Amino acid sequence: MTDIRVTEPPARAAPRKLAGPRFRPGETAFRTLLLCCLAVGIIFLGVLLTYVLVEAWPRLDSRLWNNFPSIRRPERAGAQSAIFGTIWVVAFTALFCLPTGVMAAIYLEEYADPNRWYNRLIELNIQNLAAVPSIIYGILGLGLLARQLSLGTTVLTAALTLSLLVMPVVIIASREAIRAVPQSIRQASLALGATQWQTIRRQVLPAAVPGIATGSILALSRAIGEAAPLLLLGAVTYVAFNPEGLESAYTVLPIQIFGWISQSREEFHHLAAAAIVILLAILLLMNAAAIWLRNRFSKRW
Amino acid sequence: MSSPPRPPSAAPPGRQSLRRTRPCYGERVIQALLLLAALVSVATTAGIVVSLIPPTAEFFGRVDVGAFLGGTEWTALFTKPEYGVLPLLGATLLITVIALLVAIPVGLGAAIYLSEYASPRVRQVLKPALEVLAGVPTVVYGFFALSFVTPLLQDHWPFGEGPDFNNALSAGIVMGVMIIPTIASLSEDAMAAVPGALRDGAYALGSGKRIVSVRVVVPAALSGIVAACVLGISRAIGETMIVAIASGNRATLSFNPLDAMQTMTGFIAQAGSGDIPVQSFEYKTIFAVGALLFVITFVMNMLSIRLVRKYREVYE
Repeated sequence: MTDIRVTEPPARAAPRKLAGPRFRPGETAFRTLLLCCLAVGIIFLGVLLTYVLVEAWPRLDSRLWNNFPSIRRPERAGAQSAIFGTIWVVAFTALFCLPTGVMAAIYLEEYADPNRWYNRLIELNIQNLAAVPSIIYGILGLGLLARQLSLGTTVLTAALTLSLLVMPVVIIASREAIRAVPQSIRQASLALGATQWQTIRRQVLPAAVPGIATGSILALSRAIGEAAPLLLLGAVTYVAFNPEGLESAYTVLPIQIFGWISQSREEFHHLAAAAIVILLAILLLMNAAAIWLRNRFSKRW
Repeated sequence: MSSPPRPPSAAPPGRQSLRRTRPCYGERVIQALLLLAALVSVATTAGIVVSLIPPTAEFFGRVDVGAFLGGTEWTALFTKPEYGVLPLLGATLLITVIALLVAIPVGLGAAIYLSEYASPRVRQVLKPALEVLAGVPTVVYGFFALSFVTPLLQDHWPFGEGPDFNNALSAGIVMGVMIIPTIASLSEDAMAAVPGALRDGAYALGSGKRIVSVRVVVPAALSGIVAACVLGISRAIGETMIVAIASGNRATLSFNPLDAMQTMTGFIAQAGSGDIPVQSFEYKTIFAVGALLFVITFVMNMLSIRLVRKYREVYE
């Protein structure tokens, strides 16, 4: 490992000097082509953001968060119930999935013997779950939570379903953060007589917190934007009140947006765009917080 | 200072010496709790399977498996229902192909640029910028496909009749852009894992950067790149909101991307968001289509995980 690091930079830098003054059209064209590929994604993102903002402009005012949805009169409709519903659902999602996810990550990194079949099974399972379509989680929530356990289509069902959905993300990110804590820290703590759990709780976890927090915020921002599973969980019904508890009916921003897109009148499209701006603003804030956390608190060992 | 880097999948050295002479029950309890948390993920998979099997079994008690997989009429929610899944499968396949035609070339190009050409500072800015694409909610992509991309295609369609108001093409294009970060990020990881010595060897033989990238780095990272593409396919098959919004709700067996069509996920979304009585047979169709979707994506995911493992074994 170490000698690669020593020799790599000069070896990588050398060909650039050797390229010489000769003009190579093939090389330039290829480089431009690659840059175009990268630009496609970024330009698309720019166009998307601009378009949404322009569409939303006439409706981007306080009506949006002061008023409740209205099907008849788009000029008086707002998204207050959806905004509060999103807050409720995501808060409980965080409550359910963060402790479980972090605990699972601690088990897999610190205790699990990877040669045991059941630990390998857990690991494979998490990798697979991370790529299972989100609407399948909706079916899980519908079939098992809402019907079998008869929890109904409530804030509780939605939060449980979304926390199962984003749990793999939390686990994978937390594992990476825990793995980044150097082994010497653990060994020093154990050498001083701490038990394994004391070592984890007092040394490993504090050092891993920035990484875990970053991953958790990204996972929750995915939960906020997710609509497909909630389509099956009754969030589509017209809701003109804020949730008041776990048993309450609810709607969330992405679902409210979906509902407005499905309306044929033009005003509802402006309304949908305005709600999208709010949703994207929340997500951007969360992403910025995650980046800030990573830059501010992450340690280089 | 130089602690040996621990391979991620190996027991840390010295674990044996942690065995205490005295049993420590508190530690045991904590370990059991942590294992329990890890088992939640296994329970999730079990829950998915358990919630899928009984309604699916009931469905196939009334509908022949052959008629389901081979039938060309899907009118599950009509008064005279037909349960041939081919129109849904065909639409899923077509939109996936369109998405991959966008995502694979563009994603790979971006990955090669980021891995081989970009300076570390440029990469630090551009990679997160590209990954913002993956963080945009899919309902937003659906809105964009329906109200920006489709009108654009309709206005500037060069030959013949333009696409329908709902069409597979704009859903596929937008879905392709959504998948770009998945493919770019995973392929870039695979390319970064290719040892520098291979590049140096090629440079020493007089190759330019383009030849090194295309003939050395890409082949060496191929299984990782293929894994990224397989994962992209899995994403495209499972994506719901874009197709539910932009590709229409009519299940027709057509391979013309300008037509409206319904995918498997689109059907689940449409049927699931309506008010179907729990005991009705229509309700069971959601689970039957869901089971098929789960099986397909499960196979894809396993394939992708396999391929990622393979390239890791080669270079680490």
